[in-house]
Amino acid sequence: MTEQGIGARVLRKEDKRFITGKGRYTDDIRNERQAYAAFVRSPHAHAKVTAIDSAEAEKMDGVIAVLTGKQLTEDGIGNLICGWAVNSRDGSPMNMGAWSALATDKVRYVGDAVALVVAETQAVARTAAETVVVDYDELPAVVHPADALEDGAPQVHENAPGNLIFDWGLGDEAAVDKALEGASHVTEMKIVNNRLSPNPMEPRSAIAAYDEAEDHYTLYTTSQNPHLARLVLSAFYQVAPEHKLRVIAPDVGGGFGSKIYIYPEEIACLWASMKTKRSVKWTANRSEAFLTDAHGRDHVSTARIGFDADNRIVGFKVDTIANLGAYMSLFSSAVPTYLYATLLSGQYDIANIYCNVRTVYTNTAPVDAYRGAGRPEACFLLERIMETAARELDVDPAELRRANFIREFPHQTPVIMAYDAGDFAGNLDQALEAADYKGFPARKADAAKRGKLRGIGLSSYIEACGIAPSAAVGSLGAGVGLWESAEVRVNPVGTIEVLTGSHSHGQGHETTFAQVVAERFGLPVDNIQIVHGDTDKVQFGMGTYGSRSGPVGLSAIVKALDKVEAKVKKIAAHVLEVSEDDLVVENGEVKVAGTDRSMAWHEVGLAAYTAHNLPAGMEPGLKEGAFYDPENFTFPAGTYVCEVEVDPDTGETEIVQFVASDDFGTIINPMIVEGQVHGGIAQGVGQAMLENVVYDEDGQLLSASYMDYTMPRADDVPSFAIHHHSTKSPSNPLGIKGCGEAGAIGTPPAVINAITDAIGNNDLQMPATAPRVWAALQAAASSKIAAE
Amino acid sequence: MYDLTYHRATSVDDAAAKFSAASDGQLLAGGQTLLPTMKHHLAAPSDLIDLRGIADLVGVKVSGRSVTIGAMTTHAAVAENAQLASVCPAIVKLAGGIGDPAVRHQGTIGGSIANNDPAADYPAGLLALGATIRTNKREIAADDFFTGLFSTALSEGEIVTAVGFEAPEACGYAKFPNPASRYAMTGVFVAKRGGGNVRVAVTGAGSDGVFRHDGLERALSEDWSVAAVDGVPVSADGLMTDIHCDATYRANLIKAMAKRALA
Repeated sequence: MTEQGIGARVLRKEDKRFITGKGRYTDDIRNERQAYAAFVRSPHAHAKVTAIDSAEAEKMDGVIAVLTGKQLTEDGIGNLICGWAVNSRDGSPMNMGAWSALATDKVRYVGDAVALVVAETQAVARTAAETVVVDYDELPAVVHPADALEDGAPQVHENAPGNLIFDWGLGDEAAVDKALEGASHVTEMKIVNNRLSPNPMEPRSAIAAYDEAEDHYTLYTTSQNPHLARLVLSAFYQVAPEHKLRVIAPDVGGGFGSKIYIYPEEIACLWASMKTKRSVKWTANRSEAFLTDAHGRDHVSTARIGFDADNRIVGFKVDTIANLGAYMSLFSSAVPTYLYATLLSGQYDIANIYCNVRTVYTNTAPVDAYRGAGRPEACFLLERIMETAARELDVDPAELRRANFIREFPHQTPVIMAYDAGDFAGNLDQALEAADYKGFPARKADAAKRGKLRGIGLSSYIEACGIAPSAAVGSLGAGVGLWESAEVRVNPVGTIEVLTGSHSHGQGHETTFAQVVAERFGLPVDNIQIVHGDTDKVQFGMGTYGSRSGPVGLSAIVKALDKVEAKVKKIAAHVLEVSEDDLVVENGEVKVAGTDRSMAWHEVGLAAYTAHNLPAGMEPGLKEGAFYDPENFTFPAGTYVCEVEVDPDTGETEIVQFVASDDFGTIINPMIVEGQVHGGIAQGVGQAMLENVVYDEDGQLLSASYMDYTMPRADDVPSFAIHHHSTKSPSNPLGIKGCGEAGAIGTPPAVINAITDAIGNNDLQMPATAPRVWAALQAAASSKIAAE
Repeated sequence: MYDLTYHRATSVDDAAAKFSAASDGQLLAGGQTLLPTMKHHLAAPSDLIDLRGIADLVGVKVSGRSVTIGAMTTHAAVAENAQLASVCPAIVKLAGGIGDPAVRHQGTIGGSIANNDPAADYPAGLLALGATIRTNKREIAADDFFTGLFSTALSEGEIVTAVGFEAPEACGYAKFPNPASRYAMTGVFVAKRGGGNVRVAVTGAGSDGVFRHDGLERALSEDWSVAAVDGVPVSADGLMTDIHCDATYRANLIKAMAKRALA
């Protein structure tokens, strides 16, 4: 390890601009003659649109245009698509309903856009939008996933009968049924995975500028994957051809998945800029963010797990209804299927697993990937039912897990995934030791003396990251490949630019990626610039989500670095008149091993560009690119231990201890990794105890502001004890597994297991708010009285 | 926010005159409710008359056990007043628990009680303390002032100038904050005044805003103790149910917060 290389706690290069207010976010950008857009949105969850009267708005001073879905359709702008085809069990394709960027005949959720006002100022645009009169014929709405499948439920899309999008299955159902029949103990649970709002600090924003002379578009937008945005906008929405569209995602203030997708607003702004010949800017206010950012989770599941007489798992069967909202968002079909059911083996050796997933339309905002995306839902199901089974079997939950751990790798699960490395017992042991698991009974007794109910809960999670091998996901229905690209440019003076298709929106790539280069060549990180987020600069890229920037994005950079190093050695060998096999690159020099002969790094760069003395036939310059397609997913795993104290008078729950033992493989910057884990656990605590998207029966969003949607705050979370026990991923050159989502995946079951342990009632759904915990305590008390 | 005309009043009379002259005026006391409402286009006053520059309306006076708090005194100023803390610590604690530091440095006691949000803290404090609300026209007893959800005895354009009360022998305030907004999901103010007269006011729980709880007042008049709360039946009738909790839980919180206020 060098001082600034792999494993060093280098302070984040990007933080100077962020913490001094010098970050450049989309809304900070203002083009010449900037115009502003505001959307007219449906106040109804489900209604026919019968007429739109924009006469008053069009007369207002400062209004440039009022545009509707009818005009959008006439101009040939395509419908939004879901980019992952998932078939039903009977082989039939998914029933995807039409989604126009501006609704034409029907609105399907509160916030659905029906028209767009372009004006000289944002204030005028918003005020004018309020004057647009839309006539609606209201229709009954359906909100909850299980209700959507009921006979007679309101029909959201005509081509999805009964609101069923697909009825998908994974695994051998007959084998699982047989295994469960023969089990000596079966635990069954009904589990709700609560719906969440993503809440990145920076709301979504888009600035579309059409250059009439060049017939060229530039879109600044809050995207986690600008190239994917360009591809989809051009290939599917026909807004502009790919070579005539530049997409720039500048500084982006958090995404958590919600900025993967291409939303109606970007499409509408691009189209409006062409219509008005003006640069058109839209920035969501927080109310719009709550209404229209793709939500996460929203599953209702029944799960059954069977054990033999030795407490070994013999079968696991899951039946899930997943709410995809009013329209199929870009990756919505993959989240509750290939990112969910494939993880149901968890850390355990389970021979028989079957999962049925029915996805449904409802009159709610679209649902798609949110930090963890499918894997938190799988982990919550499995780790809740393991803890519950341990209680029913009267065995220590840690030991029930240990008895079922996978111990040999590679391990092929019955649900597609082939785990390549891990030491699950090692993580469990580290977590139990750090949490003083043995000392818990004494702490519980002490808490009881203080009138508090103390509980402890575990969660041994696994996730599949580093998505993903392109051929594998292609065979499962993905519309894109999930490789990554990189270009390394060594300048004549030896400084380096790395162009990456990964996108940083809080992850600290400008630092960690530079550290990998610094490690490789022994250069200071300040000599290395990371370039990302601009389709005109970066060759191509699939972007950042699914904890893929480390395992996939960095692997592409490593491949490019390999090529650079090979050329550097050829040049140095030629100049120094030695064999390139005798050369090593370290400390910013190319050295002849075992001698004091060397070329400084910048001398090699200069030699490459002056081209005065290069090996015969060598091209000048020092710039190499690479595409990296992963050979497997990576499998971060670990065990979390949560300890809580509950006030029986109110149900208030305090997390008094939280211990994490994670296996992320190789860690580039421990400080940044800890930050990722802290944020992930905070979001996990948010899901477990605080956050909940609530619609009323009419489809009105009740949790539509921070007055009613509870984000975790500093005083809601404890100091976390973060530990690492790592095995390297054998599937990529650096051995990285990824760390971005683990906290959000592993935390919720640990928290709920701890609270249910404390209160002696296992019937508790997320978020476990004080009122819910108190009600569960009352129910436990009355059932105890009834039993006596 | 829609366009409007902003006025900075120099005196209470000036404010009243400017309000009368406006077609649809609003008094700005701290703006912690009004300004977000305007930003959301849910309020559109023609004129905003800012009371915050009126020096007479700012400050805490403690004379013996008599307390006067100017209407434009910020929550932070109340929370930091050592003299007030020595005679009535619960009102200081209450003010220090409103919102966050930014809210406490802008929001004022006059604005809070004139708005009478059913989950605000001050209405419970002033009702339990038996405070008198002074306006530019009259004095109103707290019992008569708070008349329901977001409604008060104030007439159109009437301006709160100060609140006054006698510091009780003992008092306490405890609230269970709404986890999202941190307003009171239920807050209970208990005050033991001379002659064994106990007043208990509850905010955040009632369907009709702040109210006094007779059962708790009777029990605590006889026995000013945490134990006395246990035997008091608290009905869920008339309490709020919303997405955060139901009336039954709020009934439980009334007892739990009363105990914390007494502890």
